[in-house]
Amino acid sequence: MSSPPNLLVTQTELGPVVVTGICGRLGRELSRLLHRKRKVIGVDRRAFIDPPGDIEHHQLDIRSHKAREVFRHGIAAVVHLGVMHDPHESSEEHHDFNVVGLQKVLEYVDVYKVPKLLLLSSANVYGPRPDNPQLIREDAPLLGAGPFSDIRDLVELDMLVNAFFWRCPSTETVILRPAHILGTVKNAPSNYLRLDVVPTLLGFDPMMQVVHQRDVLQAIDLALSPGVRGIFNIGGPEPMALSKAISLLGRRAMAVPHSLAKAAVKNLFRVRLTKFPAPELDFIRYVCMVDDTKARTELGYAPAHNLEATLRAVDEERWVA
Amino acid sequence: MQRNALARLSDVAQSTLPFLARVAHAATRARDELRLRLLGDDFEERVRSLQRRYTTLGGDPFGFDPETARQAAMVVAVFHRLYFRTEVFGIEHVPPGRALLIANHSGQIPIDAAIIGSAMFYDARPPRVTRAMVEKWTATLPFVSAFFSRVGQVVGLQENAVRLLEMGELVLAFPEGMRAISKPFANRYQLEPFGHGFMRLALRTQTPIVPVAVIGAEEQYLSFGNIEWAAKALGLPSFPVVPQLLLPGGAMPLPTKYRLHFGEPMRFYGDPDDDESVIGDKVWLVQQTINDLLRRGLRERRGVFL
Repeated sequence: MSSPPNLLVTQTELGPVVVTGICGRLGRELSRLLHRKRKVIGVDRRAFIDPPGDIEHHQLDIRSHKAREVFRHGIAAVVHLGVMHDPHESSEEHHDFNVVGLQKVLEYVDVYKVPKLLLLSSANVYGPRPDNPQLIREDAPLLGAGPFSDIRDLVELDMLVNAFFWRCPSTETVILRPAHILGTVKNAPSNYLRLDVVPTLLGFDPMMQVVHQRDVLQAIDLALSPGVRGIFNIGGPEPMALSKAISLLGRRAMAVPHSLAKAAVKNLFRVRLTKFPAPELDFIRYVCMVDDTKARTELGYAPAHNLEATLRAVDEERWVA
Repeated sequence: MQRNALARLSDVAQSTLPFLARVAHAATRARDELRLRLLGDDFEERVRSLQRRYTTLGGDPFGFDPETARQAAMVVAVFHRLYFRTEVFGIEHVPPGRALLIANHSGQIPIDAAIIGSAMFYDARPPRVTRAMVEKWTATLPFVSAFFSRVGQVVGLQENAVRLLEMGELVLAFPEGMRAISKPFANRYQLEPFGHGFMRLALRTQTPIVPVAVIGAEEQYLSFGNIEWAAKALGLPSFPVVPQLLLPGGAMPLPTKYRLHFGEPMRFYGDPDDDESVIGDKVWLVQQTINDLLRRGLRERRGVFL
């Protein structure tokens, strides 16, 4: 694993970065962080409302032919955030967008010799399981898709990028697997903690790991520096029990027996009254936490937000609106 | 007439009130004495020292909660001091810092683990939290899983044990596994074959092994055998036939006297990934040591209940 020649590093250090899925909440925050340092090019099907002035945004599907043009000239890095996770979308559309989209990205990175590729995966690929080690290391098998097929896409993307890491050694490939991201993002854990009455499973109180969205952005920024490659788990502040998270946020918890909760969530999901598919209940039943020692030592990553600030981040927008 | 009645009432009050006060006083004194006998005079200090330890460690990723542990310790003290009247021998052999307690397993339900944990809390100086390695399926049980992790029990995986030992914790393992806990009364104090995982763990982390012999747990439930098909049908690890459960109050274990014998720490050196037979020889040494402790303890005890 020789590091790339220094000449190349200095040339591409602050070259333009392509961010796919830039119009998501995390993507927009990332563009605000990166555009001060380098040119940011966005690719997303959605329109970028109110972007920072110097961002070049292409509103197109990553699978379309036109997307090739974006990657053609002197791109220094690609940050792939464009992973769709909408449980109500059909699984075929999901799969096609995610897998074909990523394959296109990998193809362009390979053909146009982009020196850096970063995939934001998730600690969920390990899956919540009763026999998980308390803190999972990067080399653990990705078992998340077993009970929860919706996460199958993400596991496949993670594996594809993992294979690309070996196939294209000239590109520095990075996979980040952060724990539950909390903040203004609209992901399942943040939505869950935003509920006024938080349902929990009777008799279960697993340890949880949460990470502030800005800490994840910091990790992405660190991983974009030249010479970094490999898979990194990203944990946040110290783990806490689910009940502690709920009480720190001042929410009321409502304990429901697992069988009842499963049936209820399944039916509510079918009539679209909840955004949580039933197998996601395992996340509040079993432990799924990561060991981020590697990120802390090799990347120099350290979460800037403590536990309370990280949890409070889910409410940030409430008082704005 | 009324005055007379009132006067009589005040007479009665004058004679009984001091008596009631004495009863109340005696009751509080008895409660304090019981508390002292059960928990010792330094209970709060012991709890605080554990709290300090986990605060300096920056919390416990396995979910140990000092408050829950404190309450559990108070409940277990009743069994430890009054019900089983545990006698502890050689607890000073447990070295400070990381150590691996290896014990024989018995008694149908894992009271032996609770009593060892209780001894390490009440009788060891300084008090220690015992992190027992528990079966994976307990993590799927409601209440049990939450309670176990709050009192410091950990799912029995090599990775977890390595992490705990690196934190300098005291790990308790029963290398006989589930087979031993549900064995019938006829096989009491006969060790089942030991698993090899604990030895690889000790070699990998350079951890001293403290052999522990538990005497008294075998007689707490008299099992006549194990119905395997029933266990399989109910999804349980075992289905022992325990006739005493049919008697009123039979769900409680018999009040046998527990005796814990801690042996001297054993240190092993070598390659943790060595051949089964090489590891097996080292495991055999530990098994024999526990067997010797058991034989000696059984010879010396005056009776099952005394």
